[in-house]
Amino acid sequence: MSDIIDVAIIGAGPAGLSAAVNTLARGKTLRLFSSSENYLAKAERIDNHLGFYNISGKELMNRFVEHVNTMNVHIENEKVVNILPFYDHFMVNINGEIVEAKKVILAMGMSKVKEIPGESKLLGNGVSYCATCDGMLYRNKTAVVWDQSKDATREANFLNEIGVKVIFVSKNEQPKELNPNIEFISGTIDEVNGNTKVESVIIGDKIIKTDAVFMLREIVAPTALIDGLELDGGFIAVNSSMETNIEGVYAAGDCTGKPLQISKAVSEGLIAAQDAAKKIDKIKLK
Amino acid sequence: MNILYPKNTKEFDDIIKKDKLVLVDFWATWCSPCRMLAPVIEKIAEQYEGKITVLKVDVDDQQELAIRYGIQSIPTVTLFKDGNVAAKEIGVKPLNSFTSMIEANIA
Repeated sequence: MSDIIDVAIIGAGPAGLSAAVNTLARGKTLRLFSSSENYLAKAERIDNHLGFYNISGKELMNRFVEHVNTMNVHIENEKVVNILPFYDHFMVNINGEIVEAKKVILAMGMSKVKEIPGESKLLGNGVSYCATCDGMLYRNKTAVVWDQSKDATREANFLNEIGVKVIFVSKNEQPKELNPNIEFISGTIDEVNGNTKVESVIIGDKIIKTDAVFMLREIVAPTALIDGLELDGGFIAVNSSMETNIEGVYAAGDCTGKPLQISKAVSEGLIAAQDAAKKIDKIKLK
Repeated sequence: MNILYPKNTKEFDDIIKKDKLVLVDFWATWCSPCRMLAPVIEKIAEQYEGKITVLKVDVDDQQELAIRYGIQSIPTVTLFKDGNVAAKEIGVKPLNSFTSMIEANIA
């Protein structure tokens, strides 16, 4: 494990980048993680962010990233698997690397995670969000990998290498990089079945027998990321300092709710970072 | 701090039969969430020293036990009371979910 950092920021859209700038402005150390593409980069034209009339989402996003890069902050393209509070700080699992941080700021955008029937019931009993975490348990067994992110192919190949019989399900074309030993099924999973553990999945009109289902989405739902996180109408519940019900965990930007706008995300990132920095200083004074 | 690492099924069975409350952390060396949970389990062992027994079972070395208790995902932490499964937590959970599981079963 490396040294403990002040703030771990999850997400590198306007909220996460603003949080990074302001964490740094308060003299705190940070690491910034992002695993998904930002929606902003896809917006055609933005007219309501002060100081930038008639700008494309892509250009604005580039300026934001340039801003943090100039301050020597770099975005690490890694997925956060889970976060565990431990006394006065947090352990953050970044795709296998454990990073320790005093505060966490969640800024992963609007979570479009739509659970499918059977998923939460069988989570931990064959349903998994992390191939490198649970893969070894399914050696010599069958596992379905559901392609919902750019890492899915890599993770399917990893499972194949360690001796799992992999079935790759995707609505896209069969990826060229996919190991030829892996069976490919075109489609999406509608349902996971099983009594006490995963027995099969339903893909359209097909029932596929399997021991495990790896759901490799771009982001892990916030509630699966950290145990006991409170939501409000599907968004992360926060107080006026952008702190969630878990002390030391903040949320900013689209993940806290409407309006889903840049200026709101930027300001929430600032509020979260300043409050986090203030509380870190208080601990130091004790 | 006292954490036991049973070397085989027999050793494991002897412990869960002999000791009233036994907390078992099913884990493996390659599992990053398990590494995350390790300090939490150590803390439990420290906090409940003399009251409960804490074991760590590597599911790679002891596949028989992993199969017997249907371990499908790790970490899985199981509490045994009088040799039987009394409670179970799957995945990375904070300290208080284990303390409440123990408190609910400690006489």
